[in-house]
Amino acid sequence: MSTAAHASAGAAESTPFPSAKLGIWWFLASEIMVFGGLIVSYLLFRMAGPGWSAELHHNSTLLGTVNTLILLTSSFTMVEVHRAHGRGEEAKFRLHLALTILLGLVFLAIKGAEYTAHIREGLVPAKSMFWAFYFGMTGLHGLHVLGGIVANACLYAVAARPGGVARYGHRAEMNGLYWHFVDVVWIFLFPLLYLG
Amino acid sequence: MFAWLPENVSTFGGDIDSIFRFIYYIVGFWFLATQGFLIYCLIRFRRRPGRRPPYLHGNNLSQAAWILLPLVIVLVLDLWIDFRSADVWAKVKVGGPRPDVVIEVTGKQFNWIMTYPGPDGRFGTADDKKVENELHVPVNKVVQVVLRGEDVIHSFFLPQLRLKQDVVPGRAIRAWFQATKPGKYEIPCAELCGFGHSGMKGWLHVHAEAQYKEWARKMWPGS
Amino acid sequence: MSGTTAAAGGHHGEPGGFLRKYVFSADHKMIARQYMFISLFWAAVGGYFAYIIRWQLAHPEADIPLFGRPIGPDEYNAFVTMHGTIMVFFVAMPLLLASFGNFLIPLMIGARDMAFPRLNMLSVWVLGAASALLLLSFFVEGGPAAGGWTGYPPLSARTAYVGADKGMDLWLLALALEFASFLMGGINFLVTPLNMRTRGMGLLRMPLFVWMVMIASLLFLLSVGPLVAGAVMLLLDRNLGTSFFLASGGGDPLLWQHLFWFFGHPEVYVILLPGLGAMMEVMPTFSRKTIFGYRPIIVAVLVAGALSFVVWAHHQYISGLDPRLATPFSVTTILISVPFALIVFALLATLWGGSIRLATPMWFAVGGLAVFIFGGLTGIFNGSAAVDIYIHDTYFVVAHFHSTFFSALFLAGFAAIYYWYPKMFGRMMNEALGQIHFWGTFLFFLAVFVPMHLVGVGGMMRRIANPGQYEFLAPLSGLNRMITMSAVLLLLSQFFFAFNFFWSMFRGRRAPDNPWEGTTLEWTTPSPPPHGNWPGEVPQVHHPPYGYGLPGAGEDWVPQHRPAPSGAGAGR
Repeated sequence: MSTAAHASAGAAESTPFPSAKLGIWWFLASEIMVFGGLIVSYLLFRMAGPGWSAELHHNSTLLGTVNTLILLTSSFTMVEVHRAHGRGEEAKFRLHLALTILLGLVFLAIKGAEYTAHIREGLVPAKSMFWAFYFGMTGLHGLHVLGGIVANACLYAVAARPGGVARYGHRAEMNGLYWHFVDVVWIFLFPLLYLG
Repeated sequence: MFAWLPENVSTFGGDIDSIFRFIYYIVGFWFLATQGFLIYCLIRFRRRPGRRPPYLHGNNLSQAAWILLPLVIVLVLDLWIDFRSADVWAKVKVGGPRPDVVIEVTGKQFNWIMTYPGPDGRFGTADDKKVENELHVPVNKVVQVVLRGEDVIHSFFLPQLRLKQDVVPGRAIRAWFQATKPGKYEIPCAELCGFGHSGMKGWLHVHAEAQYKEWARKMWPGS
Repeated sequence: MSGTTAAAGGHHGEPGGFLRKYVFSADHKMIARQYMFISLFWAAVGGYFAYIIRWQLAHPEADIPLFGRPIGPDEYNAFVTMHGTIMVFFVAMPLLLASFGNFLIPLMIGARDMAFPRLNMLSVWVLGAASALLLLSFFVEGGPAAGGWTGYPPLSARTAYVGADKGMDLWLLALALEFASFLMGGINFLVTPLNMRTRGMGLLRMPLFVWMVMIASLLFLLSVGPLVAGAVMLLLDRNLGTSFFLASGGGDPLLWQHLFWFFGHPEVYVILLPGLGAMMEVMPTFSRKTIFGYRPIIVAVLVAGALSFVVWAHHQYISGLDPRLATPFSVTTILISVPFALIVFALLATLWGGSIRLATPMWFAVGGLAVFIFGGLTGIFNGSAAVDIYIHDTYFVVAHFHSTFFSALFLAGFAAIYYWYPKMFGRMMNEALGQIHFWGTFLFFLAVFVPMHLVGVGGMMRRIANPGQYEFLAPLSGLNRMITMSAVLLLLSQFFFAFNFFWSMFRGRRAPDNPWEGTTLEWTTPSPPPHGNWPGEVPQVHHPPYGYGLPGAGEDWVPQHRPAPSGAGAGR
């Protein structure tokens, strides 16, 4: 613990980590347990039965790969947002933030197209255990992507004001931690649900 | 306390009751020791003017030893309970002896359906008989029940035989017992299973050998 | 350090207007009061349900006074379910963890507010929304959830099985919101003590209550995830026709039990630890003696917390789980008695040699400790897989967990309320009424739950609406009636509290800053504390809490903010 004396009274004793970051970390720790619970359940069912290779083949590896690349790229642009804040480059900050939001929307659009195709084929959640897990896991992940888009859009709204980047730009780091987490979850879901 | 236990009529019920008693004496000792100490402190150390308590922080080993030593006793007694308990658990629930009689019991909102294999001793043949809520078994014989569930989780409970086993849809769970005394005993459901949970019960009829044969003759008149 | 400096200067000024001050407040003290009123409201509802349950068990199918008619078995299941849900999620967690956690953490560590005041406000509002959904579920067709507070599928997964329809979904949504609320709260309870301490307040100088709340929050954050996943699956099973928990569609009913109890056992400590923490504050103050084994207690709680993640299957010994798994889980379960025995011994050693004043908070604390020991010991029976074959799902289990929960939630909770009420509301509660309340609560509690163990020994199953339907339970009917009478008296005793609580708020004697001569920081500021917690500078801390009887000190107690006299052994 540091005993760095602040000019203002109180809050003299703290960990080396900013509160906002600690908060996000605790939040992500609990999120890991949510997806962990789902993934472990998925694995238990999969190992208990003959496997789901037939169902897995219904999923387009191409679309899954494209979506993976989109999310990875958006993680990169998110890092750029954070960097731009550090360097005080306001235009770049806004550009990359907009790109991140856009990539997230494209991800959801592709996911939506996949959902539509599945449902047209009758591959609804009630069809089998695989499809129940597929829709449950990607659906919950999709909601998280949506949440990240909303958080980034809020940040964009305040960053678009004059002086907004300087004032609120540090939030990019928190949004980024969350966004990377959402990305990492997808890295787990992609092989489990597309590659077999 | 043990006067409230229903009379035990199974071979392993006595083992379970003895673990029950064993734990009772151990926790009874701790109960009396800690509550006695607590009451003693409240009386002996009640506030008096001018009394200055000692400074005992308990953070170093020499002071913490006062609580660490009893802790060792707790640990030893814990392990003792574990060992004795594990033996009885294994006897009742793991494996089990070769059965003399096998009966399928299906839990269904809100009945127990008993399937008897008939004289051929095999299920899925023409002489199978299904009866609602009446389980007939011979005394002093090893009875295996194969528990299945049709809708929700139920729990097959034989209080006098100290046997309980949940009934789970999608599984066939085997349990066994050996009754030691003829009589008629209730089979309640012990797991909440819907609005009819209370009152979902069957009857276990433990017959002496002659009566059991008599019952079987009535059930399967031809054989 | 943006978060730490931001709150230091009181970055949100004194709020004006009724709504800003009492409703949309981000002040941790007001939020604490909001949590307290939510939990007391639900405690009244949950207590009323307990009364209905008990009346039905003693006089099955008779008219229930104050309800006006008999209840059917389906309604009985709903009352049992809602009683459990309310007491665990809407009384215990809001009162001990959220209300006192919110009120005391900043005051005890010398902070002007929580780390995230607006998140804090959001958390209480989300709990309000959860409460509204739960209330709504009483008025939908099919009635509220009736699948037990554990909500085991397949029963809870199909309306045809359980009877309740939308009530079941609302129940799940209310729980989901409650979890979200406590995730937000938990983040505050963890980050605030880590980053907002005043000068000199090292982590190992924090009062134990703060430690208990921190560890409880940590356990909650790490355990609730799988149950959230389970709740999502159950909602899908109910509304989209999936079969996660239905064997007919390839699912497995036991999966829910794993997800539920993986959360369920740590959850026990989420409720227990703040209660124990309150006892750890009250007992040193009223015995004028430092806590015995500050550090060993923290280690023991961490060990118990870690063990609580590997004991969940002790709820499932006879569930159809592979029977070979029972013994390892039985061993870990019974081993949990070791750290808890240490905590109990440490608290007993704290009393030893003290100068004990038995005011109301102290009566509730020692009464709570006595009952906690009792409830902990009866847990050993349940922990043994062999004995559990017989007592599982009987009233022995019900009596056991009520003994532990009641001691932590109500006895320790009342200790906390009587102890910190002066700080919270600026008035003293009436001592005579408090002592009557204690003896009524304590004695009638024993009269309810000691005999209830015997009912369990007699084999009576949980959650049956009418024990009169069973011949082997006939000998227990006298006991059941006696328990019900005691339960009614236990509930009536609470009116002494309710009256005292509200009467004292307006008519109680004005509270001094430090009515109990406590050593921790919350007693260094006026009662109630102003916005920003201290009128001037936040006090600096010079030594650990509970500085009673320091050798070399002239007085018999030295508050944390006063430098210890030279030569006093307060360095550790």
